[in-house]
This record gives sequence, structure tokens and C-alpha cells, in this order.
Amino acid sequence: MIVSHEWLREFVPHSQTASEVGAQLSRHVVTLDGLESLRSDLASFVVATVVEAAKHPDSERLSVTKVDDGSGELLDVVCGAPNVTAGHKYPFARTGTVMPDGLVIARRKIRGATSNGMLCSARELGLGQEHDGIYTLDTDAAPGTPLLSVLPVGDVRLDLDVLPNRPDLLSHLGVARELSALNSVTLRMPPEIPALPAHDSVGASVFGETEATADGVSVKLEDITSCPRYIAVIIRGVTVGPSPEWLVARLKSVGVRSINNVVDATNYVLHGFGQPVHAFDLSMLAGQQIVVRESREGESLVTLDGVQRTLHTGTTVICDGERPTALAGIMGGEASQVNEHTTDVLLEVAWFDAAFVRRVRRSVQLSTDASYRFERGVDAGFTGKAAGYAASLIVAVAGGTIGGVIDVGSAPTAPKPVRLRGSRVALLLGAPIAAAEIERTLASIGCVMTADGDAAWNVQPPTWRHDLGLEADLIEEVARLIGFDALPDVVQPFRPGTVPDHALHVMSRRVRDAAVAAGLAETRPMPFVASAADESLRVRNPLAEDEPYLRGSVLTTLATRAEYNLSRMQGHVRLFEIGSAFVASLDRLPREEVRVAALVMGAVRPPHFTEPQPPSYDAWDAKALAEELVRAAFPGERVIFEPAADDVLWQIRLAGANEVLGAVQRLTIDRPVWASEAFGVELTLGHMPSADVAPHGQHAHGQGAPRAGSSWASVRYTPLPTSPAASFDLALLVPSDVSAGRVDTLLRETAGELLESLELFDEFRGPGLPDGVRSLAWRLTFRHPERTLRDKEIDGRRARLLQTLERELGVRPRTS
Amino acid sequence: MTLDEFLSACRQLAADAPAAIAVAQSPAEFADVRTQLVGRKHGRLADLMAQLTTLDAEHRRDAGRAVNDVKAAIEQLLAEREAAVAAASRTTDALDLTMPSRARWQGSLHPVTLVIDEICEIFRELGFTIALGPEAETEFYNFGALNFPPDHPAMELHDTLYLGKDTLLRTHTSPVQVRTLQQYAPPVRVLAPGNVYRRDFFDATHAPSFMQLEGLAVDEGISFADLKATLGEFARRFYGGARRVRFGPSYFPFVEPGAQMDVEVDLGDGKGTRWVEILGCGMVHPNVLEAAGLDSERYTGWAFGMGPARIAMSRHDIPDIRLLYDSDVRFLEQFAR
Repeated sequence: MIVSHEWLREFVPHSQTASEVGAQLSRHVVTLDGLESLRSDLASFVVATVVEAAKHPDSERLSVTKVDDGSGELLDVVCGAPNVTAGHKYPFARTGTVMPDGLVIARRKIRGATSNGMLCSARELGLGQEHDGIYTLDTDAAPGTPLLSVLPVGDVRLDLDVLPNRPDLLSHLGVARELSALNSVTLRMPPEIPALPAHDSVGASVFGETEATADGVSVKLEDITSCPRYIAVIIRGVTVGPSPEWLVARLKSVGVRSINNVVDATNYVLHGFGQPVHAFDLSMLAGQQIVVRESREGESLVTLDGVQRTLHTGTTVICDGERPTALAGIMGGEASQVNEHTTDVLLEVAWFDAAFVRRVRRSVQLSTDASYRFERGVDAGFTGKAAGYAASLIVAVAGGTIGGVIDVGSAPTAPKPVRLRGSRVALLLGAPIAAAEIERTLASIGCVMTADGDAAWNVQPPTWRHDLGLEADLIEEVARLIGFDALPDVVQPFRPGTVPDHALHVMSRRVRDAAVAAGLAETRPMPFVASAADESLRVRNPLAEDEPYLRGSVLTTLATRAEYNLSRMQGHVRLFEIGSAFVASLDRLPREEVRVAALVMGAVRPPHFTEPQPPSYDAWDAKALAEELVRAAFPGERVIFEPAADDVLWQIRLAGANEVLGAVQRLTIDRPVWASEAFGVELTLGHMPSADVAPHGQHAHGQGAPRAGSSWASVRYTPLPTSPAASFDLALLVPSDVSAGRVDTLLRETAGELLESLELFDEFRGPGLPDGVRSLAWRLTFRHPERTLRDKEIDGRRARLLQTLERELGVRPRTS
Repeated sequence: MTLDEFLSACRQLAADAPAAIAVAQSPAEFADVRTQLVGRKHGRLADLMAQLTTLDAEHRRDAGRAVNDVKAAIEQLLAEREAAVAAASRTTDALDLTMPSRARWQGSLHPVTLVIDEICEIFRELGFTIALGPEAETEFYNFGALNFPPDHPAMELHDTLYLGKDTLLRTHTSPVQVRTLQQYAPPVRVLAPGNVYRRDFFDATHAPSFMQLEGLAVDEGISFADLKATLGEFARRFYGGARRVRFGPSYFPFVEPGAQMDVEVDLGDGKGTRWVEILGCGMVHPNVLEAAGLDSERYTGWAFGMGPARIAMSRHDIPDIRLLYDSDVRFLEQFAR
């Protein structure tokens, strides 16, 4: 929202600078996004003092001066003005300055004397036509001060970030009301506009009806829901032409181009008072009538922007006797627009329902200054006044007389009164506010206060403040008008909360630390993917059609990121992410699984002089990484790594559960020849509940998850050994159809309870072994808790183990 | 050549060898002296061997024995000298301690995570715990329960990605407020970090998915003064003790009064301090408390929301938000330490 500093001053006379106004608004009303001087072309000019002035030796007209521009060194400047006087201050353009006419000031010789810059006249600065001499400044400012800070020239635009709760600020009047309240300055309506003649004196005003006629023109309201009130003012005998200079300047100050006097007057009312109004060429309205009705399927209309729009039902259109001629609340039609031949005008000042305008604006995809205001809410208490201002302004700038006023429908309801308690103000703000202060602040913004008990009021908000519907809304007004910074900010004692850390957060922190310890870099890539894997979810209205799906796997995103790195010649990639994967479900919301994914490729360690070429990550490293992540996620749980097929190496399950939690896999990614293989791990940490906790307006207290228990509590101390252990190795010839896992299991089952540890320490394949057989070697360690094991006992175990292995699996010892 | 001459040459070689070997220190020098003395092709011993054929046949056996003796003696000298040099080097400079360690890869956390962690730590000191909620949400939790009027321009501040008719990707972490208040009775003091989504183009300053951090305190008697005090304390702990903060008006449908907090920061660009907006905040709207089944007369609360990515970008001079998503290992590794 752009407002002009000068235009505001017309409503609220004050002497603050634009930046002071902006700062005040930012503290109390609305954030100032920026200030723009409308004479920013003068930004580089400075104040300079002429220290000496002497006649040019070779010219009658010219003076050679010494100028102090604050730079610390006196400049020689040649000046042609008769009034240049030593000791006076003038606007000065240093060399390099661009003049308003585009000329660049350069260092140059004038009749043999060097000139370093230019002392300027009012005309050269674009400040008037006067060219009798240079512009003498009456200022105490030091040389070098920017000219704009001492010369009150040009207007300043304030760019305000008006949020949707404050549509009343979408006009100069609205912003001025706030300044008036903050500075206790009385609001003043612009003097150049007389009020509208009383309705009675100009014809039919049948407020409350839905149909009326005046001055030969009739208005009929068929759609009272979307258009509760419609005022038409008939103005006859206007002369359409250029606007007066003041009006052009006002509109220009807020960035609106002048079109003609009638249209400019309507724009002035919109930006000045926040009421969108529209002028029709009355002669183009068939049947001299206006009908406000719902659109019909297939009707069409060419709007002011020259676009042919085909309408559907559900839109409200302003029609003449035959066809639609404007989109209600959004834009007028081209056919009935005011042009240079227009003599009679029908001025529309209506109040359209906000939700309705919003819906239509979205369906026709056309946003205008008018629709922007209507859909946020226009002051329904100002419709009549706006009609008066608009009609009078048209008459003032385009001539003509008011032929009649038709006012049909009724004013929408005013905001309801709100009860306000001083005690509640004190509770919510943390500080008692004096009753008088509450009354003063709320009255200053137009609320009508009626005492209702001790330090309590019934507050009637003004018609332009539909956002003040609750006690808390009024308390906000008190707080912001006093100033949030004026309220106390002392830390008070507090009670500890009842909410435990979310279990998934606690788990994620452990997993995250394990991944970092394993040398992986955390990443947070975009969770959208290009193609639909099974069950992945499509966003209904994706912005980028190339990535419209929500990922069903976190590892997939990491694989894409690895490819990104490879395309930048980075082959050592170790990434992890903890994030959500989405799986379609029969419930309303998809199942959301919080997962950790890790991807590794390249060297397992940085090169070292003892190992110039470290090995690359392989399946065993990936398995170890998965084990570390699983341990961090599910400490103390027994986890099964189940051999799988193809690129999936292992599937991960918790012992005793069927659900697969994740997998370790070899990744197929787009990989240049120099890059090594990539391996990935993905593990589901848990699922994020998304069912409604309780119905709207209810709670389910007492059913929240308790704090997660300790995983260490189950650890039981094992007494430290007091007797020696005995170990032996078994080197075995294992046929290819027997897995190490089966041998391992059988060894454990057969070894007996004194087995302390079992460790696979060697694998050998190759010459010297029968075809299809590999050699695997285990070390077995036995210990009796109380005594030393005898050799015979050990030998007996070895013999029994070998016997069983041969019988059950056909595995024999390797003899050579 | 006579046998005497030959034997004399052998003796000469044997006599010269110790001096030549004694100066060798490095493996290269040992190789050189070995070649020079007993090299197969051009060494002095090889030269003598070549002379063997010029001797009378009956003298060759003696000559051959003499050559072999010399060779054995030289080899022994070389071996002894090499062992001595190696032993000396072991005792004097066995480890060159200036050489680098056998390092492991350094893992790292994402810069946005680092910011979230720091913020969470500070609020933990102030009695807050961590709450989470789903990213795929219902319109009710994302908008309705948060006092967004249906079909209102306020929704336009949240360009929403929809999954179904009334299901969407949450546009802020505020739904966690309602879920938490429904699940746990006050007092509630939680922080809710999480991913949120907006229908925004992916450019240098916008991303369609980004992290947000929500805070919520609800109990009896919680006031705007508590909000100011707690958030001000946070800012001082996060940015450093002397920071000034200020509060200005703002609007979020789910708080009333609504405000924003600015912090005076020095970005180190030589332009001095300036005010930077870092979070939106306010008193929890009574309609939000009621939507969660709480009595809004009895309970009050405050909430805030902030974007850790912007803070990360500002403090690390990251010029383009896409760097946070690209996952370039050269970027991520800068945050390993």
C-alpha cells in the first residue's frame, strides 16, 4: 500500500518528516517497508558555500568562485549567474552528478578557467521556471549536507505492509486516522470537496428498497447478498478533459497515471477514502438502467483492460437494460467507459460483499485496486459520504450538475459492541492500565465507550473496524497505541510444562549424532520428486510440474543429491538426512514415516601417507553404517539383517517383528566411470501420528505419550571372569550352497553354554580348494565360570562340532 | 692379465670397498654404491669377472674363488652398514612428528540444524520441551483451528500446496500448537521445529519447503509481559548480551494481540547496527484455546514463530537459499568442526 506524505498531511496537518511518520506507524500501526522520495533525482545534490567569488578575467558575465562542498578542499567553480555571492549557500552538483534533464556534470574548462561542478538554479533542479540566477538556500546546514534534507521539495511515498486484518488502512483517510490518534491532531477532510447535496434536493433516494428511479434512470438490485447497497449518482453535462494539476500530482504521488478528469476523480476517491467507485457513460447504458444480478452461463463482457471475458454462473454483474457492463467490485466494462465524448455520467458507489468479491476475483483471475479493497472489507459506514465526495469532485473538475441520486439496498450491519474489562487488559498485558488511558486510546481510534460496571465498558467499534470483534482485539488496540515497547518485560516465575520431548525427536537426535560420528554430512534437500514411485503422493497444485510428487523414500532424494555432486566432480559423497517419507493410506492423511537415510560412496577414509589410496565404501561398510544407525535408533533391541535379492543387500527387522524397518542397498545412480559404487541405508524411525487428537473444541488430556523410558535400565551386570579362557580355530571347507550364517548358527547351537565368543576371522577362495568351495575360519573361545577347562574337554568339543558340521551341512575341516 | 695382477686387483677392490660403503646413508646412496662395487653390468666386480677369460685356464679356479670371496665380503659390509644406518635412524627420528594423523572423515550438521539446535538449547534453559507434528495436515489444524476465517485474504499469506480437498502440506508449524494443547493439559511450554510448505517458486530467496520453529507457552496468568521478557531473554542469549529488542504491530490470525520482534544487529558490513525482524509473536487467540478444548477465560498464553534458514543465511553470509538444499558436499563440509 503506497501513501503519499503530502496527501496524508492534508488530512492530518503536522510537521513530522516522512521518515518520522514511517517510524511512528511502524511502532504502532503497520510495518513501513520503504520510503521513496519522488525527487530522488536530486539525491546526489549537496549544499555548498561559495567562499570567494571573483569576475572571470576573460568574461563579463562569468564569475570564478571557490566553493566549499564539505569535501575538505575548496573547488574552483565557474558560475554564470549574476547573483552569486561569497558567503551564501547554493545547491551544488559535483562532477559526475546527473542533472534532472539527463546532462552529466563534468570537469571542464570555460574560457580558460577550470570548473569542478555546478551551482544550480531552481529551473535546473526542476523546481520551477525561475532562471534569474542560482537558487540561494536559507539554511544553517553544513556544506556537504544532502540538498533534499534541507529543501522541502517533492513528496515522499511510504510503502506500508498492510496486513489483511486492517483494510481500513488501505486509504489515506485510514492511515491519517491513525496519525490523528497517535498525535492527538484533529482529522480534517480535504477542503476542496464540498459535500454531496442532500439526497432529497436531487430526486429519488429510496434507501431500503431494492429498486428505484430518478432523473429518468432506474436501478434494480436483484442480487442483494453480494451487493447489499448500491448508490448511483447521475451527473449531466460534464466536460471530459485533462485534470487540474493538483489532481494529476496527487495521483502521480501514489503511482496512478492520469486518464481524464472524471476517471481521475474516481481514482482520487479510491486512494483518498478507500471506497472504489466507478463512472459509466450514461449514454452507453441501454434502457438507461442498471441491473445488479447474478451472471448467466456463457454471458460475456469486454472489461476495461480490453479482455473478453466469458462468464459462468456465480458471478455478479452490473448490467444495463440488455447486457453485462461491469464485473461487480472488480472492473468496469470497455463499452460503457467514460471517454472524451461523454457528457452524462452514472457514478456507481456500491458496497460489495468481501467473500463474494474474493471468490469472483479468483475465478476470473483479475485483481484490481477495487477488488483488493472490497475483498478485505470497505467501510460500510462511508458509502454515502464517498458518493458525495466523488460526485462533488467530478462536478468540481469536469463541470456538470447532479441530476439525481438513487440509493437502493441497505447499509450492512455495523460491528457489534464488545465488552471490555480493565482486569482482562491487566491480565493479558501483564500490567494494569489506568481506566482513563484505556478510554482515551480506544476513543482516539473511533470507538464509542459506554461504562458498564467498574472499569468495564461496552465498546462500539467504528464502522471501518470490523476486525474488532473480541475483547482481545480491543486489548491489542490499547497495547499498540500505548506502544508494545512501553509495556513491562520482566521474567516471571513459571511452572514447568507437562509435555515430554517427542519420542521421535529424542530418537532423531541419537541417530543424527551417530551419523555425524560416522563421518556423514547432514543435508536437507527438497522433498519433492519427479516421478511417481508406487504409492507416492501427488500434490494437487504443484508449482513446478517437473517435481509434483511427495517422496515415498528419503534415500531417493539422497541419490539425486549424490548425482548432483557427481556432476560437480565430487566423488566422495557421504550424506544423511532425517526426514519424512509419505505413503498413501486409506486414512484421510497419508502415512508419514520419519526415516533416516544415509548414502556413502568414495574413499572410506581420507588418504594418508601410510595409505595413499584408501579403499572405497563397500557392502560391508554400508552394513556397518546401518548397524550403527540401528543401534542409535533402537538401543538394546536385537536387529536382524536379512539377506535380500538384487540391489537390496539386506532388509532390516527388529527380532520378533515382521515389519521391515529398512534396508541396505547398492544404489543404481547415474555415475561417471571415475566414481565408485554408491551404497545406501534407509531406516524408518517411527511414524508421525496425524489422526485428529480430539474433535474441534475438545481435548484428550491425560492420553499424551509419556516420556520415553531409558534403554540402559535393562542392562544387567555380568561378573568379571576369574578363570582363564580356552580358544581354538576351526578352518572349514564350506560348500557354495551353505551360508556362513548357517554355519555360525550351527556352531552356536552345538558349542554348548560355555562358549563365550565366536568370531569369523577369515575367508579364502581360490587355488588349492575344490571347485565351488570356500574356506572360512572361526575362532571359538570357551570359558568355565569357576575353573580352567581341561584339554580333553576342549578336544571333545572340537570333535563334536566337526562331526555335527559334516553331518548337518557337509562342512569338513580344511586339512592343509 | 696374469693371475697375480688379477688377485692384486681383487685385493684393491676389497680394500676400497669399506670407505665407499661407509659414506652411504640413504637408500639411494646404498643403491649407488652397490652398483658401483658389485653391479652386474658395470660394477668394478663385473669388470674383474670379465677379465677372467683372459687368464690361463689353470688359474681361473683360483681367480674365481678370489672374486667370490671379495663379493661376499662386500655384500656383508653393505648389509652391516645398512642395518647400522637403519638402527641409527630408528633411534634418532623414528617418527617425524610433523606428519599428519591418520584422520577419519568429519561428519557435519546442516547450518539450519545448527541454528535450530542453538535456539532449542536456549529455550530448554527456559523450561521448554520439543513437540512435533505431521507435515501432511488437515485444513482444520492448519487453518480452521488457528482462527483463519474461511475464504479470507489471510489465507493468501499462505500459498498452500493441497493434497486433497481438505488436506494439505502444512504452511506453518502452528498446527502443532493445537495438537499439543489437545493432548497435554497446561502448563504447556513447547518448541516445535519442523518442515513447512508454501506454494512458492524456488529462487535465491524463496523455497517451497523450509524449516520453521514455533514456540508456545500456555498456563494460567501468562501475559504479554511474559512474552516480551522470554523472547527478549532469548534474543540476548542468542545474539549476545547487549542486544536491544523492540516489538511492533503485526497480524497472524492465531494471536491477539499480534506483534513482531526486531533485534538490533550488526551485520559487520561497516554500516553499524540496524533493526532486523526475527520473529512474529503474540498472545494465543482465545479461539485457538477454545478450539483445543481449553477455557480461554482461565488460560492465556503466548506463541511465536521464526525462520531458522534466514538466520543461518544471515549469520554465515550465505547469499542464495538454494545452497541450503543442493547438498553440495563442499558446502556441507564447511560446517564440519
